[in-house]
Formats: sequence, structure tokens, C-alpha cells
Amino acid sequence: MTDAIRAEGLVKRFKGTTALDGVDLVARAGAVLGVLGPNGSGKTTTVRILATLLTPDGGHATVGGHDVVRAPHEVRRTIGLTGQYAAVDQDLTGTQNLVLIARLLGHSRAGARARAAELLARFSLSDAADRPAKTYSGGMRRRLDLAASLVGRPTLLYLDEPTTGLDPHSRNELWDVVRGLVDDGVTVLLTTQYLEEADQLADDIVVLDHGKVISRGTPDELKARAGAQVLQVQPLHAGELERVGGIVEQVTGSEVRTGERTASASVTDPSVMPEVVRRLDDAGISVSELNLRKPSLDEVFLALTGRPAEDTTGGADGAAPAERTHA
Amino acid sequence: MSTATTAEPREQAAAAPPAPRLTPAVAVRHGGLLAWRSLLKIKRNPEEILGLTFMPLMFVALFVFVFGQAMMGDWQAYRDFIIPGIAAQSVIFATIGTGVALNTDIEKGIFDRFRSLPIARSAPLVGAILGDLVRYGLTVIAVLVVAALIGYRPEGGVLGVVAAGAVVMLFAFALCWLSAFMGLLLRTPMAVNIFGSVWMFPLTFGASTFVDPDDMPSWMGAFAKVNPVTHVTDTMRGLMEGGPVAVPLMWTLVWVAVLIGVFFPLATRAYKRRA
Ligand SMILES: Nc1ncnc2c1ncn2[C@@H]1O[C@H](COP(=O)(O)OP(=O)(O)O)[C@@H](O)[C@H]1O
Ligand SMILES: [Mg+2]
Repeated sequence: MTDAIRAEGLVKRFKGTTALDGVDLVARAGAVLGVLGPNGSGKTTTVRILATLLTPDGGHATVGGHDVVRAPHEVRRTIGLTGQYAAVDQDLTGTQNLVLIARLLGHSRAGARARAAELLARFSLSDAADRPAKTYSGGMRRRLDLAASLVGRPTLLYLDEPTTGLDPHSRNELWDVVRGLVDDGVTVLLTTQYLEEADQLADDIVVLDHGKVISRGTPDELKARAGAQVLQVQPLHAGELERVGGIVEQVTGSEVRTGERTASASVTDPSVMPEVVRRLDDAGISVSELNLRKPSLDEVFLALTGRPAEDTTGGADGAAPAERTHA
Repeated sequence: MSTATTAEPREQAAAAPPAPRLTPAVAVRHGGLLAWRSLLKIKRNPEEILGLTFMPLMFVALFVFVFGQAMMGDWQAYRDFIIPGIAAQSVIFATIGTGVALNTDIEKGIFDRFRSLPIARSAPLVGAILGDLVRYGLTVIAVLVVAALIGYRPEGGVLGVVAAGAVVMLFAFALCWLSAFMGLLLRTPMAVNIFGSVWMFPLTFGASTFVDPDDMPSWMGAFAKVNPVTHVTDTMRGLMEGGPVAVPLMWTLVWVAVLIGVFFPLATRAYKRRA
């Protein structure tokens, strides 16, 4: 059995909305599957079905070879779930949170304490072990939540938007944790709104939009489809925007989007940059900003669907850290 | 952090025991463990118990010392009359907490975590309610301690008080399924709290708690006479102060059966759907 998850034609309806409209996906054992999509695209619903918390209205899915509807107990034995919001008991200490789960999973009292201590140490929470979780920072709470999902040594881990709302430092820490788990042989299904996160962690990516898979492939394949990078130029004088757009279009050969003050275009080959600079120089246009950056989720969506992602809160943040600004 | 993640050995010495099969005994163990969680929460927030008893204790002060003399011409006699009812009232108020806590757990995703574990499906619900029974017990004890401090000495002695406590706990156990049902049905903890509290005043005041229903206007008296709170209060009064027990106890048991018969299935169904 090489596939940790196989889902075919998953459908889920809530009163009035179709959250999932025929989702197929496969997670290879030992790999990271990234589910990328804006708010409301159906990421959480997918995870909840695969974690046996919701019953699909159509289609079927197996996890570790067990059907999620017919053999939920078997599925629960193999999975760990870290939801979108840290599901730790704020009134309990870090140790108590983990001991409770270990005891529920059949550890003896001593065994549970040992397992809790081991996980707290692994996630740098030993110092805070005996403090109530409500005194933890957001990053610490996420780590405790992740530790809680690992108590039973799952072979498949679901991470639903694990870094949303985290500062860049905590986010990098969490990425390291995920990489460490993958090194240990854990299969990971990770949902995210950030292309960069999927790019960093995932081996395969599935792009969701309105409950449908609109694209799938490796990060490289996806980027090739969406344009690997975005070139953005802002002329000093807004009146020259049209001429700038013309030059960018000629050089990159791709469609130019003009905003209020900037012109941008997808590029697959970063070497067009100096060419654009030279042409602008020849035309005597001064620019106040010229940069090459990774596309935001919005831009990926635009490229894949021909329309912007709706209801994307902070989708563009994902591009910010990767920005490379040229003089 | 990064050092810890890469250095992690593939398997630790003490491998996790296989998740237990779901026999009824295992389900009870899971419920017990989750009840332990509720108890830890009580220990962490002891003020919650005080909060639960605050209003009933205010009523004790108000009714005994302000109205007592006027009501019965003797505040001590009135005190002895209302203490059983106040104890019942405080526990009935406390049952709202069951729904609020369930709703909070669901909203925070804590139930999702439990339900993604290979444990008995009903364990989180059973655990929450077992833990709450302890909370109700502590609430009754708090009221009785205050009553003792203002000189209350029940005729029925320790045995009568324990029996009365058992009756009110049984009723609370039945009523908490209604609360749990609301907690699973409504959207936010706040809504559960408001919706729950709305019932509480007519239920606990339109009863024999403070006044004999025979002294009420006829329509109110008629309501009070079928109100389960009246039957519970009268049973407790009979056990603590002496008086008829059999009839109110019978009616109490009928109500317990009705509440459980209706709301236990409704709550467990809502739980399966929502949680
Ligand atoms: N319990 C629910 N009741 C009604 N609608 C829901 C429920 N859960 C999700 N939805 C709807 O289903 C769609 C997908 O939601 P979700 O899976 O949470 O998306 P995502 O996690 O990608 O933000 C959204 O339109 C959302 O409003
Ligand atoms: Mg979501």
C-alpha cells in the first residue's frame, strides 16, 4: 500500500452551499500533500471528512486502506489531527493536556507522563510544562496542539492551516517541525492559503477552489503553469504606466496587468529583468520600484482560473517574505 | 527547536500500546478520564463554583433577612422553609453550565480532537456530564454550609440531608441532558447561557421554593403544582424538615424519567450530528 489517502469524488453539502463538489486526491505514503486554496474553498471540510469528523454526501475515501465511513475507528488509529484553531484545553497545563490524551490512548499513568515529557521536550515546551495553556503564546499553543496530535504516533498527520496567524519566526519553526516529522516517515496532509508554504513543504499540491480541484501537480509543475515569478514595475510618473506596460509585455511575452500605479506580468525566466531595465532606460523612463517576486495565491488563481480568488484573507502575505527587490 | 526535530529517533523505546478495543469497560474508562479533565478545570477555576452559588446565596440573604419576618412572622422558620428550595435552585442553575461547557469545547475544536482519537464515541459527552455531577454536588454543599452558618439545623439530620442531596442530584442529572441538548443545538456559548437562563426564573420561582403554591393566584398555583421544581423541593423539604415524601418523590421520579427519556436521545443524536 503506497497511498496513505485515496479520495474519489468527495461531495459535501451544507444547507445552501456545496462545500465539496467532487474532490479527488491521493496522498503518497511518506510524502507531504499540500492542499492549497483560499478561504471557503473546502480545505477544512476535506480534512474533516478524511479525519472521520464529517460524513461525505457523495464519493468515498480510504485512509491507510480503511474506508473513512465504514471503518472510522481503524482510521482514527492511524491519524493525528491538528485543526485550524489550536484545540488545547486552556485550563489544563501542557503536561495535563498531553497526559489526558496518552491515557485515553491506553498508556499507563507512568507511561503517559513519560510520553508527555518527551513531547514537551521535543517542542521546547518543557519550561512551560506545568503552566496552564492559557498563559502560552500563540506559537506555543500551536506547538502544544501539534504535540497533542502526535501522542499516539500517527503515521498520517493532518495539519489544517498550521501557520495562519503565526509570526514569521514561529512559522519557520513549524516548518522545521514538519520537515522533521517527514524525516521520521510520517505522511502529512497540509492545507494552506500560502503558495510559498506549499512550495516549501509539499511534494505534491492540489489546488482547491469552490470545492473543486482546479489544478494538481508538483510545486514546480504548478509554478510553471502559473508563472514562476511576477515582475512588477512602478514608474515614477503615473502617466508613463501605459508605456511601461508595453515594454514589459514585449520583453516577457506574457499578459500585463496594470493596477493604479504598477504594471505586472508573470515571468518564467528571471533573466528578462536586466532586459526590462535596459529598455526602460533607453526609453528614458524613471522607475520608483522594480521587483521580481513569487506570485501570490491571487495571481496563481488568476493564472489558473482566469479570475481572482474570492474571499482571500491575507493570501498575498505569502508572497511578501520571498520578495526580491532590485534597485 | 530545529535541533530537536532532526535529532528525533525514529522510534522511542516505549512504543505506544495498541489503541484499546472498544468494549463497554473501555468506554467507561474513557468517560472517567474525560471526567477527570472536568475536575481539573474545577480545581483551576474554583471561583466558578462560588459564581454558581452566588445568586442562590444572595437569595438566602434577601429572603431570610428581608422578607422572612414578613412572610412567616419568624425569619428562622422561613429560613428552614426555603433552604431546601434554594439548594435545588442553585443546582438547577448550575445545569446551564453543562450546555455552555459543551458548546465551548465544540467551538474551540477540543471535541474534534477527542473525536479524531480511537476512543469511545460517546466518551466526551459522558465525561463532561460525569464531571458536572461533581460540580453540582459541590454547589449543594456550598449552599448547605452557608445555611449552617446562619444557624440552619435540619430536622432530618445527616441522613435526611444526604437523601435530599441524592434526590436533587438525580434531578440535575436528568435536567443536564436538556442543557446538553441546548449546548449542542445552539451556536455560541453566550446563546446557550441566555437561552438557558430564560427558563430558570419561571421554573425556580414559579414553584414551592419560596411560597406555598396554595397561596399563589390560581393560575400560577396550577403551574407551580405541575412544575418539577416543586416536586423536587417538596421531596427535599420532606426529607430535611419532615413531612410527606412519597408523593412528591414519585412525581420527581416521573419527571426524571420524562426528561431523560426525551432529552437523552435528543442530546446524543445532536451530539452525533454536530460534534
Ligand atoms: N458547518 C457548516 N455549515 C454550513 N456551511 C459550512 C460549514 N462548514 C463549512 N461550510 C461552508 O463550506 C464551504 C467550505 O468551507 P471550509 O471547508 O471551511 O473552507 P476552507 O477551510 O477552505 O476555508 C464554505 O463556503 C463554508 O462557508
Ligand atoms: Mg479552513
